[in-house]
Amino acid sequence: MGNAETLVQWEPNDIKEKLLRKYPPKVARKRARQIMINEALENTTPEIVANVRTIPGIITMRGCTYAGCKGVIMGPTSDIVNLVHGPVGCSFYAWLTRRNQTDAGIKGEDNFMPYAFTTDMQDSDIIFGGEQKLEAAIQEVYELFHPKGIAVFATCPVGLIGDDIHAVARKMKEKFGDCNVFAFSCEGYKGVSQSAGHHIANNQVFTHLVGTSETERSDRYKINLLGEYNIGGDGFEIDRILQKCGITNIATFSGNSSYEQFATANQADLSCVMCHRSINYVADMLETKYGIPWIKVNFIGAKSTAKSLRKIAQYFGEQELIDRVETVIAEEMAAVETAQLEVVPRTTGKTAMLFVGGSRAHHYQDLFAELEMKTISAGYEFAHRDDYEGRQVIPNLKVDADSRNIEEIQVEADPELYRPRKSAAELAALEEAGLKFKEYEGLNPQMEEGTLVIDDLNQYEAEKLVELMKPDLFCAGIKEKYSIQKTGVPMKQLHSYDSGGPYAGFKGAVNFYAEIDRLVNSKVWSYMKAPWQENPELSATYVWE
Amino acid sequence: MLLRHTPKEVAERKALTINPAKTCQPIGAMYASLGIRGCLPHSHGSQGCCAYHRSALTRHYKEPVSAATSSFTEGASVFGGQANLVQAIDNIFTVYEPEVIAVHTTCLSETIGDDLPQIFDKARKDNKVPPGKTLLGAPTPSYVGSHVTGFSNMVKAMAALAEPGEQKNGKVNIIPGWVEPSDMAELKRLAELIGVAVTMFPDTSGVLNAPLSGEYRMFPDGGTPIEEIRQSGAALGTLALGEYCSADAARLLDTKCKVPCSVLDMPFGLQATDRFIDALRVLAGSSVPDEVAVERGRLLDLISDMHQYFYGRKVALVGDPDQLIAMTEFLVSIDMCPIHIVTGTPGKKFEKRIRELTEGMGREVNVKAKGDMFLLHQWIKNEPVDLFMGNSYCKYIARDEDIPLVRWGFPILDRQGHQHFPTVGYMGGLRILEKILNALLDRKDRDDEETTFELVL
Ligand code: SF4
Ligand code: SF4
Repeated sequence: MGNAETLVQWEPNDIKEKLLRKYPPKVARKRARQIMINEALENTTPEIVANVRTIPGIITMRGCTYAGCKGVIMGPTSDIVNLVHGPVGCSFYAWLTRRNQTDAGIKGEDNFMPYAFTTDMQDSDIIFGGEQKLEAAIQEVYELFHPKGIAVFATCPVGLIGDDIHAVARKMKEKFGDCNVFAFSCEGYKGVSQSAGHHIANNQVFTHLVGTSETERSDRYKINLLGEYNIGGDGFEIDRILQKCGITNIATFSGNSSYEQFATANQADLSCVMCHRSINYVADMLETKYGIPWIKVNFIGAKSTAKSLRKIAQYFGEQELIDRVETVIAEEMAAVETAQLEVVPRTTGKTAMLFVGGSRAHHYQDLFAELEMKTISAGYEFAHRDDYEGRQVIPNLKVDADSRNIEEIQVEADPELYRPRKSAAELAALEEAGLKFKEYEGLNPQMEEGTLVIDDLNQYEAEKLVELMKPDLFCAGIKEKYSIQKTGVPMKQLHSYDSGGPYAGFKGAVNFYAEIDRLVNSKVWSYMKAPWQENPELSATYVWE
Repeated sequence: MLLRHTPKEVAERKALTINPAKTCQPIGAMYASLGIRGCLPHSHGSQGCCAYHRSALTRHYKEPVSAATSSFTEGASVFGGQANLVQAIDNIFTVYEPEVIAVHTTCLSETIGDDLPQIFDKARKDNKVPPGKTLLGAPTPSYVGSHVTGFSNMVKAMAALAEPGEQKNGKVNIIPGWVEPSDMAELKRLAELIGVAVTMFPDTSGVLNAPLSGEYRMFPDGGTPIEEIRQSGAALGTLALGEYCSADAARLLDTKCKVPCSVLDMPFGLQATDRFIDALRVLAGSSVPDEVAVERGRLLDLISDMHQYFYGRKVALVGDPDQLIAMTEFLVSIDMCPIHIVTGTPGKKFEKRIRELTEGMGREVNVKAKGDMFLLHQWIKNEPVDLFMGNSYCKYIARDEDIPLVRWGFPILDRQGHQHFPTVGYMGGLRILEKILNALLDRKDRDDEETTFELVL
């Protein structure tokens, strides 16, 4: 923002008015506060309403708390059995549908990710309670698989009928002795979106897993990577780069992750936060309890990757690492620049819209910028105000009824394991040198003036936006994919990446350039009309006439 | 190995389902609702269920699947969802302007005991339903039955709209069951060949296989018009295809509107198609044209030409009861041996019927209703098969055990064609056999030694 050059040819107020026109008055009033026209303000960012209820009947992109908890945070962990307590569906839909990859099987460790486990509650369980069945199911899991951990997830009916899943988990954990059993009260009606589920998952992972390992990690530059889910192999690419730099990634929360990774996460010396929305709670708790500072990073985009690596090196402050990182960046950037030169002439000036998640609508703008494409409208599906406006708004956030029912856990410095990684003076010096801790500036500042920032975009508005602003590319999720493409506009899934990826890191950037080139320049979009539809008149003359 | 933790020894499980061979009721209701013209399905519960069902259907069809939700929060879950649903109805009719809203419940709204008819009354009283528009609703608690039950419940709710006709309208109702849009189109084509006027509901052809034209229409031209569903009460008779998917609706039409019904198997394969065509002919009093006999002859021809590849081959099957019953009969009729058969949907009758169909095979088969794919995998480990038929999840087993797989059923998430090419009727039978042969012969070509590798098969 504050960028003198504005590219928008339309009147944003006019677009906004058109988006709202058809709504009943109450809906229009509410949506008006979630559709924001980006503008440059002195020392502050324009305010947006976010993390509020979806309006019944308005077709939303959002999912539920359970999806955020079981699907997003716990799903990518290979050696914990995820047991869904509820009727069969919730478990079925979260089975292998999220493209988070693992190499656990290859390494020979436990890998339960290709399995779905459920108590498949029946009406008698709903009427008489499902605790007994849950207990029996946990027992059967244990006997069949002997996993290190069993995570139990509650779906909607469970909370209503009052099953105490935590008590059952505790009981079974004690009974087994060698298997950690813990539970998540992530009923889908809690909160207003997946976001509540992230929070619930963060709390329980922190309480039941982090810091439980005896294994000592003596590596030199140890970090945790938070909020990276290894969709399409993103995490593999980031790990490749980190390894090349000599940086040890102790634990990824949560991609290709394992029980042991979480259990040793307290031994890292720095937490690097990718997706701020889904995981900032863990970052904060790691700092409070163990003294691990956190910084915001972004491995989406080659330049952002380089920048993030430099930040990590700056934090550790050793010349050897700083040099190593520079060598790696130089090596890797060669291929990136070649790819960029090849593609940019075909992508430059094109426009994109991004409506995904809690961080990707922001992160991917860096990749589009590398392609010289403009993001003309963007927004999150389940983010909070701080993800738009920056963390400075956090103290002003109101706790409403929907957030109040998400447990806040109290964390204190661990009497034995708390160890400040840097002295106050060192931290201040690093801040002074430009390395910001616990800071995320949000999406709004990066977007140009006059662009539209829209929270919880719905199907109707998506369709209207595309009709009015005619972007060259639209990015959202599977539910939005085909209605957009029917209009002749290519659509890229930025949750699951369609069948592509990785897009993180340097190799990922190269993949992404090729993918976007393919999408925005595909011939298919030019064939919408048959010849007789383009020229319906019967003007042909016969050569023999 | 992908499913590296699945042991060969089968141990009885009482409480734990692993790798389910079914999913929940609402998705079936949603799919059925999409077969009504101008209908927006609505999920009465929290928004997660609806997001999951839409995603699953979208992945299966690679088509837009619109559906709304009551977006319950904790308050609605405690105090009931009436306010949410009434507001949703208002918003939907104002913003999306469908002709029909088809509401199904979820575990949540069922557990709290929301009463759809009463909420509909309230919405009508509050003037939230514009004149000429229709609300229909089906209870679909997922702790009973499966996605098949939900489909059946929504189709039954459609039948409940039917009004008894003073005079028969000369048409035949076909309730096709949970088959693909391509199958529904094929059933209509066959009826047209025989010269029978039909009302088919639901009918997703033209809805979930819509063309790319540069224009998005939330409500494409396909689907059964609600008027036709109302008039189905004046039909000559009803053919319900599949006991599990379609019989309840047909029986309701019978009791409510005195439309006599026959419950047939789904017309997969030779004999089930024979019975379907014959029943249709008798009911409508028309004669079957030679074209249909020619199609039948083509199917028969392929069976005889390639019989050596079918004969005695062992098959494992997983899917939904109606489809499995018809497919088992078909496979047995071409001398294949379906030996492991699992559905996740409960139903004792299913097991009995499969045993009857496989009686002549001269051996015991493993069959289970309310089973899961973990058990099926264990059976396969204990007695390997030559061919595996089922949905996309089967590919994990197929890869581990190195078995040729024919994708068939729901959901198919990794291959295309099901929305375009039918598997019902004689032509559909040809397609099933083509798929089976390709799978078996590709495998043979892969595995044959150089010395026995052959050009002509
Ligand atoms: S709560 Fe019930 S309706 Fe919703 S997805 Fe789960 S099983 Fe299906
Ligand atoms: S029942 Fe609840 S937990 Fe399950 S998918 Fe629906 S909203 Fe989510």
